[in-house]
Amino acid sequence: MENIISALFVFVLASFAGFEIINKVPPTLHTPLMSGSNAISGISVIGAILVASSSENTTLATILGLIAVICATINVVGGFLVTDRMLQMFKKKES
Amino acid sequence: MADFLPSGIQLAYLVAVGLFIVGLKQMSSPATARQGNILGSVGMLLAVVATLIDQHVLSYTMTAIGLAIGSLLGAWVAYAVAMTDMPQMVGFLNGLGGLSSALVAVGEYWRLTNSGATIDPIVNISILLSILIGNVTFTGSMVAFAKLQGIMPGTPLKFRGQQWVNSALVAGFVLGSGWLLFHTDPAVFLGINAIALVVGVLLVIPIGGGDMPVVISLLNSFSGLAGSAAGFVVMNNMLIVAGALVGASGLILTQIMCKAMNRSLLSVLFSGFGSGETIVSADGSAIQGTIRQVDAEEAAMMMGYARSVVIVPGYGMAVAQAQHAVREMAEILERLGVEVKYAIHPVAGRMPGHMNVLLAEANVPYSQLYDMEDINPQFPYVDVALVIGANDVVNPSARTAVDSPIYGMPILEVDRAKQTIVIKRGMSKGFAGVENELFFKEKTVMLFGSAREMITQVANALKQL
Repeated sequence: MENIISALFVFVLASFAGFEIINKVPPTLHTPLMSGSNAISGISVIGAILVASSSENTTLATILGLIAVICATINVVGGFLVTDRMLQMFKKKES
Repeated sequence: MADFLPSGIQLAYLVAVGLFIVGLKQMSSPATARQGNILGSVGMLLAVVATLIDQHVLSYTMTAIGLAIGSLLGAWVAYAVAMTDMPQMVGFLNGLGGLSSALVAVGEYWRLTNSGATIDPIVNISILLSILIGNVTFTGSMVAFAKLQGIMPGTPLKFRGQQWVNSALVAGFVLGSGWLLFHTDPAVFLGINAIALVVGVLLVIPIGGGDMPVVISLLNSFSGLAGSAAGFVVMNNMLIVAGALVGASGLILTQIMCKAMNRSLLSVLFSGFGSGETIVSADGSAIQGTIRQVDAEEAAMMMGYARSVVIVPGYGMAVAQAQHAVREMAEILERLGVEVKYAIHPVAGRMPGHMNVLLAEANVPYSQLYDMEDINPQFPYVDVALVIGANDVVNPSARTAVDSPIYGMPILEVDRAKQTIVIKRGMSKGFAGVENELFFKEKTVMLFGSAREMITQVANALKQL
C-alpha cells in the first residue's frame, strides 16, 4: 500500500512539472514537441524489457514482452530520429 | 555489489528523468530544440542500459532481438516518411507506444497468473487501467493513421445508436474488471482486452479530418498515460514520471487546439463536425455579393506592386505539396521589395504546428512565421493577404454570425487587409460545412485552381514584372 501511495505522489508531481515545462512552447514547435514527447512515451520499452527477459524459457509472457519491446523501440527510435530530422530544418533567416 | 546495483539503477533512472525534463524544457525555443531532443534520446538510452543490468533480467536473447528489430524499423520509418505525412507518422508511433504499454500489462498478468499467486488488488487495478488506456491508444491511433493516410475515408463515420454501443462497451469493461478483481479468469481477461480495442476504434471513427489536431494531441496524451499505467504495473518510477510528462504535454496541446476551434473536447469527440446531419445550414443564400475571379497574371500584379503581403497557408497547401512553390514565389516578391510574412492559424493542417513544419521543410525561416495573435492586429496595414487552401480559419462569419457552427472561433482576419486573394480549387465548403462570406466580399478576388499550379503561374508572371 505504501508503495502505491508514493508512486501516486510521483505521478501527480511529475504531471504538474510537465504542465509547467510545456506550457510555453510556441506553435512553431508544436509538431516537434509532439513527436519528441511521443518518443519519450516509448519509455514503456523498459517495462517491456522486464517482461520479455523475466524467464529463461520462452513463455507466452516473454513472447508478448518481445512484441512489446519491438513496438516500443520503433516508437522510441522512430520518434527521436524524425524529430531530429524536423528540427534540423528550422532555421533562422540566413543573412 | 548486489546491494549496490538496485540503487545504481534507480540513480541512473533519476538522471534519465532529469534529462527528459531539461530536454522538454529546451523544446520550447527553436534555437535549443534540437539539443533538447538529443538530451531526451540520451536519457532514453541511459534508462534502457540501466534496465538491462537489472537482476530481474534473466535472458538477453529476447530483449536483444526486440531492440535490434525495433531500432531498424524505427530508423527506416523516420527517414522514409515525407514531411507532409507527419500527422499520420505521429499517429502510427503513438499507437505502437500504446500497444507496448498494453502488452506489458498483459504479459505481467500472464506471468502472475501462471505463478499461481493471488494477484494483489492494486496491481490488478493497475493492469486493468493499463490495458484500457493502452489498447484504446493503440486502435484509436491506428484509425487516425488510416484516416490521415487515406486508407479509410477521412469523413466522420457515424451509425445509429453509436452512443448506446459505446455505453454498453464501457459497462462491459467495468463489469469484467470488477469480476477480475476477485477471480483469475483468462477468458474474461481476453474479453475486456477486446472491448478496449473496439472502444478505441469507435472513439475515433466519428471524428472528421479537420478535428484531427485535437484527436492526435489527445492520443499523444493517452500514450503517455498508458506508459504511466504500465509503470504502476511493474512499479517503476521511470515509467510513471516519463509517462506523466507526456500525458501533461499532450493534454496542453489538446487544450490549445480546442481553444483554437472554440469547441470543447466533448463536442469534438461526440458531435462530428461536417457529418452533414448536425450542421445547421448557415443560410448560404443570405450571403450577398458576387464572386470576382482573377487569373495568375492579375494576382501577380496585385502582389508585385504591393508593399506587404501576408501568406495564409491551409491544409489545401499541404495536400497540393505547394510549400516549395510558395517559398519560391515569396522570394521573388522579396526581390521586388515586397515584405512577405506568413500567418499560421493554430489548427491549420492536421496536427498542431503542421504548417510550420512544412514551411520549414521548404526553407522558410521561422522568423517569418507569425502566430494568430501577432498577425491579426497587422492586417489593416497589409496590402494583400494571400489565402492558400484555407477556408474555415479565415471565415469572418465566425465573428458575426451567432447561429453559425463556427461562431466564436478565433480566425485570421484576412478580410481586414486592403485586398485578399484566395487560391482554391472550387467553391466547395470548408470542413465545418458553412459558406464563407469572405469569398463574396468586395475586396476579395478568387484564383481558382490547384495551389501548386497557381502559385507557379503567379511566380512566372512575377518574373515578367
